[in-house]
Amino acid sequence: MEEAAALGWWGVPLGVLAGVLRVSTPFLFVSLGECLTEKSGRINLGLEGNLVMGAMAGYGVSFVSGSPWLGVVAAGVMGMVLGAMHAWACSQPRVNDIAVGISLMLFGIGLAFFLGKPLIQPTAPRLPTINFGWWSDTPQIRFALEVNALFLIGVALAPIMAWSFKNTRWGLIVRTVGDSADAARAMGYHVNRVRMLSTVAGGFFAGVGGSFLSLFYPGSWNEGLSSGQGLMAVALVIFARWDPIKCLYAALLFGGASSLGPALQSVGFSEGYYLFNAAPYLLTLAIMIISSSPRRSLISAPGELSVTK
Amino acid sequence: MSSPRERVIPDWRIPFIRVPGSTPASTIEALAIPVGALIVSMILFGLFLLAIGQNPIEVYQSIYKGAFGSWFSWQNSLQRASPLMLVALCTALPARLGMIVIGGEGALVIGAVATVAAAVALEGAPSAAVTTLMLLAGAVAGGLWIGFVGGLRHYRGVNETISSLLLNYIAIAIMSHLVLGLIRDPAVLHRPSSWHVGEDNMLGLIPGMDVHWGLIIGAVVCLVTFLLVRWTTVGFAGDIIGGNPRAARMAGIAVGPLIVTTCFLGGAAAGLAGAIEIAAVQGRASSSIVVGYGYTGILIAFIARQNPLAVIPVAILLGGIRASGGLLQRWHDLPDATVLVMQGIIFVVILASETLYGRATLFQPRKA
Repeated sequence: MEEAAALGWWGVPLGVLAGVLRVSTPFLFVSLGECLTEKSGRINLGLEGNLVMGAMAGYGVSFVSGSPWLGVVAAGVMGMVLGAMHAWACSQPRVNDIAVGISLMLFGIGLAFFLGKPLIQPTAPRLPTINFGWWSDTPQIRFALEVNALFLIGVALAPIMAWSFKNTRWGLIVRTVGDSADAARAMGYHVNRVRMLSTVAGGFFAGVGGSFLSLFYPGSWNEGLSSGQGLMAVALVIFARWDPIKCLYAALLFGGASSLGPALQSVGFSEGYYLFNAAPYLLTLAIMIISSSPRRSLISAPGELSVTK
Repeated sequence: MSSPRERVIPDWRIPFIRVPGSTPASTIEALAIPVGALIVSMILFGLFLLAIGQNPIEVYQSIYKGAFGSWFSWQNSLQRASPLMLVALCTALPARLGMIVIGGEGALVIGAVATVAAAVALEGAPSAAVTTLMLLAGAVAGGLWIGFVGGLRHYRGVNETISSLLLNYIAIAIMSHLVLGLIRDPAVLHRPSSWHVGEDNMLGLIPGMDVHWGLIIGAVVCLVTFLLVRWTTVGFAGDIIGGNPRAARMAGIAVGPLIVTTCFLGGAAAGLAGAIEIAAVQGRASSSIVVGYGYTGILIAFIARQNPLAVIPVAILLGGIRASGGLLQRWHDLPDATVLVMQGIIFVVILASETLYGRATLFQPRKA
């Protein structure tokens, strides 16, 4: 603790940096997943379920198999299953995609809590870290710069996804389906099939994001693991204007905002701790109020998206 | 203004909105599909129980015993149903206008905080006045909370689902902040809690029952809102907005004020639920008020198909399922999340069954 005292207020930016590199990863994965799903013209409000389910499945598989990376894959597969359920329900006529998302979120969370009961005690192998802070003697700096490989994968994924939307055939098909289902149908694409695949892939990313929670930071399984990162996905994507690169920035910003409260607390400034925790939500709400308009849908929103109409 | 609208209405009823109960066949449909969906979800949950090595029949028997098997468990279920039916209205009423509001949890929490604040501000006043005013304060606070969502929706075009979701987190943060500082009672050690509203100001029990007055309040509010949406022109105007907002505007309906008012009423119901939880059960605001009433409320609203009268029995059913959770834990060694799994399955199946409305030819009115 002496070190912390010596650092003084420098502990705050360091704490925020450590938070950005940790807390932002689940935000990043769920927002990229949600971005992909929404680009195809459907909204999945239930990614919180995928996230929690992924966290549980990843932890369980890592514990049983001893391989955390296998856990990450299992988490993704679990996310895909929930995504497929969402896609199937929404492909039925008259079924409301927003409501189905909420229901699958409750289902996923319930199932994860149920199946995860025996996983609260044991310790599963965690994901390895890459230490970028080797040059420093200060433990806070070393801790802050311990970066997880999943974070780097997510950072790489954002430009890849943005590039694919712009430059590949698949990206174009997804965007067409998302902007005008009629046009896509006229061109001979199966709207439902494209949306199904986009939702399943989006669910995969959200599941992987969940495995980060249980396998790296905070790094264990319990029922209070997620603090609503999956629910924030929808808001994040609106915030990022359906652009994967901006999703990355938004995730970093939200990670930083969420770690501001704990970082301030670590230097003894605990006034308004909970209000700082609510900062990301307030930020999103403020941005939505500023950028929305009753006369048009949000700028650059996919045309078929129910939530922005 | 009013006379042409009245002439138009009879022609509109059929193509634009299906009013449940408008024909005998559609009444049967409105009952048969949710009941069928409940049966399907019971079968699915039974398969889930089989898969984890439980006997579904025994588990269902225990759920029945825990929920409605005795007078004691009935009272327990009714007690739990009272906040649920109020918070369900927070989703059900705006849904009639085509909005999906999921902010019941936040409105409930804000209502609870306002209740405590009102009780403290009115300290020393006659207890009947304090009780009335603090329930009113909770309702108004919740109403303003969701009314804000409605206002954002109409005047700024902000999606109501997302704004109400964000406001849930903001409400919980506000409460957590206040119970740590401004309204904290330092005498309570185990959990940061607010001051007590005062034993004299608490809502009592219904005579002859072990259930507080909140049940009656909840049922009356559901009944009144049912009459409002079903038998008044205001309620009908709301249904038109839900069916076709542009048509509603062209018919001269004041869409904006009606949206804000409806959201206010829904939020007020949820705020009242929070107020009753404080005034009848907990006495203090603390994190123990955040137990997912809001999310169960959304489920109830959808099972009840946004009909305030149907909310009452569905809330009692879900209250019963919640009440039986403890029994499942003790008798079958099932974790408390079992109830969550069951609720989740019911919710998914109910929503998927929406696709059946109007599809089964059996329920369609014969075309002359």
